[in-house]
Order: sequence, then structure tokens, then C-alpha cells
Amino acid sequence: MMRTKLSWPSVAGVALLLVAPAVVYPVLVMKVLCFALFACAFNLLLGFTGLLSFGHAAFLGTAAYLTGHALKVWEVPTLVGLILGTVGAAALGWVIGSLAIRRQGIYFAMVTLALAQLVFFVLMQAPFTHGDDGLQGVPRGTLFGIDLTNDYALYYLVVALFVGAFWLIRRTIDSPFGQILKAIRENEPRVVSLGYDVARYKLIAFVLSAALAGLAGATKTLVFNFATLGDAHWHMSGEVVLMTLLGGMGTVFGPVVGAALIVTLQNELAVVAGSLVTVIMGAIFVVCVLAFRRGIVGEGIALYRRMIGEKVG
Amino acid sequence: MQGQPLPGDAHDPPPILETRGLVKEFRGFIAVNGVDLTVRRGHIHALIGPNGAGKTTCFNLLTKFLEPTRGTIRFKGEDITRAAPQAVARRGMVRSFQISSVFPHLSVRDNVRVALQRELGTSFHFWKSGRTLDSLDARAMELLESVGLEKFATMVAVELPYGRKRALELATTLALDPELMLLDEPTQGMGHEDVDRVMELIKQVSANRTILMVEHNMKVVAGICDRITVLARGAVLAEGDYATVSANPAVIEAYMGAESEDLFGEEPTQATSTRVPATEVVS
Repeated sequence: MMRTKLSWPSVAGVALLLVAPAVVYPVLVMKVLCFALFACAFNLLLGFTGLLSFGHAAFLGTAAYLTGHALKVWEVPTLVGLILGTVGAAALGWVIGSLAIRRQGIYFAMVTLALAQLVFFVLMQAPFTHGDDGLQGVPRGTLFGIDLTNDYALYYLVVALFVGAFWLIRRTIDSPFGQILKAIRENEPRVVSLGYDVARYKLIAFVLSAALAGLAGATKTLVFNFATLGDAHWHMSGEVVLMTLLGGMGTVFGPVVGAALIVTLQNELAVVAGSLVTVIMGAIFVVCVLAFRRGIVGEGIALYRRMIGEKVG
Repeated sequence: MQGQPLPGDAHDPPPILETRGLVKEFRGFIAVNGVDLTVRRGHIHALIGPNGAGKTTCFNLLTKFLEPTRGTIRFKGEDITRAAPQAVARRGMVRSFQISSVFPHLSVRDNVRVALQRELGTSFHFWKSGRTLDSLDARAMELLESVGLEKFATMVAVELPYGRKRALELATTLALDPELMLLDEPTQGMGHEDVDRVMELIKQVSANRTILMVEHNMKVVAGICDRITVLARGAVLAEGDYATVSANPAVIEAYMGAESEDLFGEEPTQATSTRVPATEVVS
């Protein structure tokens, strides 16, 4: 009764993740997973609540620094570091969310952007972040006695975190709460007229999204041993929009596909194209918006439905 | 204000919704100007008036989607002038909107379930399976049947024809079992058959509840409404049953250019007369 149905893409995805390090460099996959989680968290807001946050880098960055600082300076256990980053991002999400949800549409996006910039400049000036140098040399530590400096050991922790968070997002989308979120996305005044306190639903969704974006940032610090200002920069907020749109906003797997594609492209192109990477990313964005607005997964689903429809009728 | 206060007839049912001196100003423009409205329990009450008379603004004030500038609103004897719109809905006054307001990309059944699930009290539970909502399916299907939509339950709402969307809206509103339903132009933009069906539907769901509706279609107003309030330029111009209102020269004049016959047709012999031509005062 309470089980969420296992779908074959989920099973195939997990199987693929388990064997991936045999063929792919695990750090690259971990990077993809961090960004995939970031994009999924973002998509919970954009795709399922209809809220375009343009400040999600603030949560990624804050958690990255918080976890890094906790592990390096306070020398807390790894798990505690991850939790601190996530909870910190959730708290920041509550503050920014409470202010932003008072506005709608483009004004909502602008408020989130402005507040995220505020966070960025605080992080730039604060002594513990070491400004442009970044917070270097964050130790990975151990988990249940397992040394995480081993890339393969960390890999399976990251996979576990990602799968857990992804499951939570899916569950949220399908939950009674998720139904109301979708209804808000579809027709907000109508939800109000049915007696729901829309602001509270939006705020909870915002905090959830911020917390999971924070988990992504915390995990990222663990993977790379450092946190930088780039994590909190508005470029990062833009990148997550691109990942989500490219993969398919409002689809469950779209952000994962989008994040995998963007991260891999950036990795490959950095060698051949150098600073042209940003131009190429821009071009991809333009093509995506003009040619396939539903994103890769969204277009795939639409195509599949058309095929089914043709067979039936 | 030329509005005639209601005669204190002992046979009148008690009021469910009352406004006193309701005013809404938008930067100097007065959209609603001192409206005293009394909606009585069990009635189907129509709010009519020419374009820009303030009908929809009135609706928005009553359901608290807009804050009144002045005046009071009482619902079931309680002052709701400063209540939040969702709080008003929870007290049993649920509205519909002028343009059809379904959740376009949810299935027809899920549209109704969104309203039904409020009673479960689990709507904040993001960790619960969606299947916990399956217990609502039987009631959802019942409601869909009551508006003739049971065959469309799995269809995505956006694919429904217009008239059916309005029916779905009605089913969603009914899911909350509201004491007072406010319908904003329920037959707007409909063909004749759809109008007849929705009219029948409204009549049917009005049992045990009160309905206040903005309506342009005089056939509907004459056919099913117990009481009519005419608004013009933000104020009450006339009030009474159909015969009284349609004979009022001020009302006829307010619909400028419309001859008495064009607007109201022949004097209806019965409240349920269908001889009245379905002339619409174009909105």
C-alpha cells in the first residue's frame, strides 16, 4: 500500500550507477550525480510547483562552504558535515523562500536572484571562505570506518545519497503534498478558492528544494575536497536552469539527463574549446528553447505518447 | 443609491451572506460603491448588470480575493471582512471563476481529488505515498457522475470540450460541499445545449445550499433564480424576483440601447418559463 512502484528506468539507472565505475572515471560520475541532484531539487520548484528560482546557487554554495568548514576546521565526522550543510541550506531556504513567495512570476525570480547575490557577496567577504582562493583541502574523512579518500568508497556513498534524495523527490511529487503543488502550478487562484493556504505549500516546497540543493553542494565539497565561490555565483543558478530545461522540466528524469549532458560536455569541451565553452552552452540553450521546449526527456515522452496514440486510434 | 432594501418578510429565509456599504476603490476609480447585498439561505441569487457594473469585483470582494476599501461582509453571521480567501473557502463559501478554472494538466478525476483531499488533512505530508489518496476515488467518481463526466475520468482536463470543463469545475466545487457557492458566469461562452445542461445542473446542486451567481444569460436568470440583484456603476440598481426586476424602468435604461423585449423577452408566465429567448447581454 505504501510502496512507491519501482519503474524500470529507476531500476536500470541504479544498476547502471553500480557498475559505472568499472568503465567511467568515478569522480566524473560523482560530479554528474551532484549536479543531477541539484537540478532535480531545482525541478521540484520549477517543474512541479511552477516557481522559477534564479538563486539556487546560494543553497549549493552555502552548503558547500558550511560542510567544507565543518569538516576542515571543526573536524566533525563526515556524516555530520553533510547534515550541517543540508540543514544550513534549508534554513537559508526558509529565509529566502519566506521573502520570495510574496511575489509571483518574474518578480519571484528577481527576489531570489537579488537575495542569492547578497549571499554571494557575504561569502566573498567572509574570512572563513578564503575569498577567491576558495576553501581548499577539505578532508573526506571516514564513514562507518570506511576511508572515503578512496574514490570508489566515496562513489558508493554518493550513489546512495543520490538515490535516496532522488527517491524522496519522486515520493514528494507523488504524495498528497505533491498533488497540491501540481495544482498550484496549474492554477494558483483556484487552489486558494478551494481553501488551501498556498503560501505554506510554496514555502515547504522551497525549503525542501533548498535542502536538497544543499545536499548536492555538501556532497560536491566532499568529492572535490574544496568549495569555491563559483558554487554560489549566479552563473551556477543559470546553469541549473539550463540543465533542467535541456533535460525536460516537469519530468522526473529530465534534470538528471540534462545535468549529465551539460557536465560531460563541459568536461570534454574544456580541453578542445577552452573559453568557448560558455558560448557553446549559450547556443545549446537557444536551440533548446527554440526547437524542443519540452527538453530531451519531455520530447521523448511526447513522442512515445504519439506512437501509442497512433497504435490505438 | 436607488437600491430598494428587502422587505422584512417573515417568510424569507434567514440571510447567509450580507454586505453593508461595501466599497472598492482602485486609485480613485470606484468599482463597487456602497453595495448592500443580502443573500438568503437556500436561494439561487443572481447578480446581473451591464458590462463594468462591478459584478466580478463584487465576487472578488466577497471571496476576499480583493480587500474591500470600506464596508463589512458577514457570512453565516460572522464578520469575514478581513479574513484570508482560503479561510473563507474553508468556512463554506467556495467560488468559481469567470474563465474556466480547471487544473488543465491533471486528469479529470485528479481535478476533483485536489478538492476532496483537503478533508484528509494529509496535504502537507510530502513523505506519504500518493496511493493514500485512492480512498477518495469512489467519492470522486460519484461527483463526476453527478455532472455526467464519469466517462472522462482518466482524460487530461485540458482536452475536455469547454462545456465539460465548466461541469468539471462545478464537480470540483461541489467536492467541498459548500454551503454557499459563488459561480462567476457559469454559462459564459456556451452553446444552447450546454447552457441547458449547466442550468439543469445548477438547479440540481442547489438543493440544500445557496448559490450566488453572476450571469448574463437572461434565460438562465429567469429560469432558475429566486432573487436578482441588478448592479450598475458599482451600486445596486434594483433587487427582487425576475418579474419585479425586469419591469423596472431603471433597469431597462441601464442596459443602454437594449429594448425591453430584447433584453427580457416577453414577460415569463412561470419562473421556469423556457419561452424567454436566450438573448445574451454580450459581456
